[in-house]
Amino acid sequence: MSTSLLDQSSRTRKRNASERRFVRLGLGAIFLSLGFLAMLLIAIAGNGYGAFTQTRIDVAMTWDAESIAKAEKSIVKTAKYNGMIAKALRGQMEAAGIDPQMKDKELLQLVSSSAGAQLRDFVTATDATKGQFDFLASSRVDGYLKGRVTRASLAEDKNLSPAHLDLVDAMRAAGMVERRFNLDFIFGGDASESRPEAAGLGVSMVGSFYMVLVVLGCALPVGVAAAIYLQEFAPKNRLTDLIEVNIANLAAVPSIVFGILGLAVFIQFAHLPQSAPLVGGLVLTLMTLPRIIIPARAALGAVPPSIREAALGVGASKSQAVFHHVLPLSMPGILTGVIIGMAQALGETAPLLLIGMVGYIASNHPDGLISGFTDPNSAMPAQIYEWAKRADPAYIERAWGGIILLLAFLMAMNFVAIVLRRKFERRW
Amino acid sequence: MSTAKISARDVMVHYGDNCALKDVNVEIEDKTVTAFIGPSGCGKSTFLRCLNRMNDTIDGCRVAGAITLDGEDIYDKRVDPVQLRAKVGMVFQKPNPFPKSIYDNVAYGPRIHGLARTKAELDEIVEQSLRRAALWTEAKDRLHTPGTGLSGGQQQRLCIARAVATRPEVLLMDEPCSALDPIATAQIEELIDELRQNFSVVIVTHSMQQAARVSQKTAFFHLGNLVEYNETGKIFTNPQDPRTESYITGRIG
Repeated sequence: MSTSLLDQSSRTRKRNASERRFVRLGLGAIFLSLGFLAMLLIAIAGNGYGAFTQTRIDVAMTWDAESIAKAEKSIVKTAKYNGMIAKALRGQMEAAGIDPQMKDKELLQLVSSSAGAQLRDFVTATDATKGQFDFLASSRVDGYLKGRVTRASLAEDKNLSPAHLDLVDAMRAAGMVERRFNLDFIFGGDASESRPEAAGLGVSMVGSFYMVLVVLGCALPVGVAAAIYLQEFAPKNRLTDLIEVNIANLAAVPSIVFGILGLAVFIQFAHLPQSAPLVGGLVLTLMTLPRIIIPARAALGAVPPSIREAALGVGASKSQAVFHHVLPLSMPGILTGVIIGMAQALGETAPLLLIGMVGYIASNHPDGLISGFTDPNSAMPAQIYEWAKRADPAYIERAWGGIILLLAFLMAMNFVAIVLRRKFERRW
Repeated sequence: MSTAKISARDVMVHYGDNCALKDVNVEIEDKTVTAFIGPSGCGKSTFLRCLNRMNDTIDGCRVAGAITLDGEDIYDKRVDPVQLRAKVGMVFQKPNPFPKSIYDNVAYGPRIHGLARTKAELDEIVEQSLRRAALWTEAKDRLHTPGTGLSGGQQQRLCIARAVATRPEVLLMDEPCSALDPIATAQIEELIDELRQNFSVVIVTHSMQQAARVSQKTAFFHLGNLVEYNETGKIFTNPQDPRTESYITGRIG
């Protein structure tokens, strides 16, 4: 007896139902992960964008050589300069019809404590006797403009009082206080715990840059050469198998282990400088090597054997077959692996903990190429970690802002990987 | 026999512990097409790959016995397989042009062997090779387009052009038509007949009609043995061994 094709058998219905269930589960998983990703991105953007603007107070200053000479003779030079700033600020307020109703010392709480040094740097380097300054506002004034600080939250705060906030409101109305785009956050160096308004990621970005240079210079040639040898030339024996297993295992070793290895070998044994991007780069090279070798071998192995045979068949030697045909064909895959390995190295923090690249490293931009490698510096993720553990809430905002910059670099690297892959694939 | 180009004596091939080929004795003549026929897994491709030492690249493959090319042992320690393969070219089952231009495909061999001193000489070799492979008229206007853009039959002729460009003395063909349609097959077969004027051609084929059409000598392999080797006409009309007869009449294989 034959059944009609128009009726679904119970077995068919069951099969179709289980297929639908699987598709729904898959879709659900994708939407869930996309949702988390969206939440993460929104959180990062929402918390971090504030770091890209900073509140500044415009002050027009005049001075004479006599008062400068007096200030320079003092033991507490910046205090004298701060006094000059307070005087100018008070004068400017009174001219705008605002009565500060507070002492100089309290008035100065509006301005970043770096302002005195900023004025001194300018004054000692010029012959001019007046200038227009946009001093950083203190982190609490900045927080007030960004909505982080309220009159209620200032009740237990010794650094600023609600009276200051009334003054800030009046100054804003007079156009003396303004939130502006903060280039110093992108290009500046780290600042001490009490001056979050002056802290920037620029110097640690340079540190990361030199570290990635070291990784590129060491891991790329060594990793690709090792991959080519293992995949194309190595005899198939136990030793090769052992090496392969170990490389696979190395890729899974926690990165902090590489950090302690670097501390023992590069700093304690080889006496390389502490906290230096050179050492950081070498440690990250060790960590990145297996992550370059494994995808590079996969890319080489994906080249069809017929290409090798064709080359050998016309009398190419093994290395000619590899370097003329196999390597160019596997280049997109190798490059992708290399760039993703570098991106991982760029985002790595744990090994840097052990070689002293985390902490308040008060350094300016390096003077030259050599000092870029050997002077103490931090790295972008290490700087973010450092900010995130500081007490002042203003640093939390900077940590999120740093993550935005770090992600921008990682995305740029992945974009380069895609472009290179396209370019090399089109060549054939 | 003085006309023997390649002569094999007691050749045995093992893959690991598996014996793939036993006691093969054969004399391959110059300027002749020799066909190897036999069922799958009979060792005919294995033997073909012994002739230019392509088996060297396979792990665990051991070749015993002696194979001589013009009286010289090709498995001698002093022989570099790279030099040997320049003398003994090979065309594979599946067309495998390099993912480069048609010109670069043909010019690759001459370049690595230093056969051309100037660009003009190289152009000359490329043209001559493409003409010999009956591809010149189709390819001359698109020499710098990718070889992978050609049709299957054209790709195989490109591979033949690439093989003859290194000026080999022997051309090995491993089922060169098995991936091609009948028209492309006919073109390649015609080409093989022309190549015979300059080279000694050894062709492995699954098609007995093809062996009968293109070859002068035929060798029948079965289960790793060379069963019979004779003039092609004799093999197909008057086989000496009952196994040969069974195979060509379609009873085994």
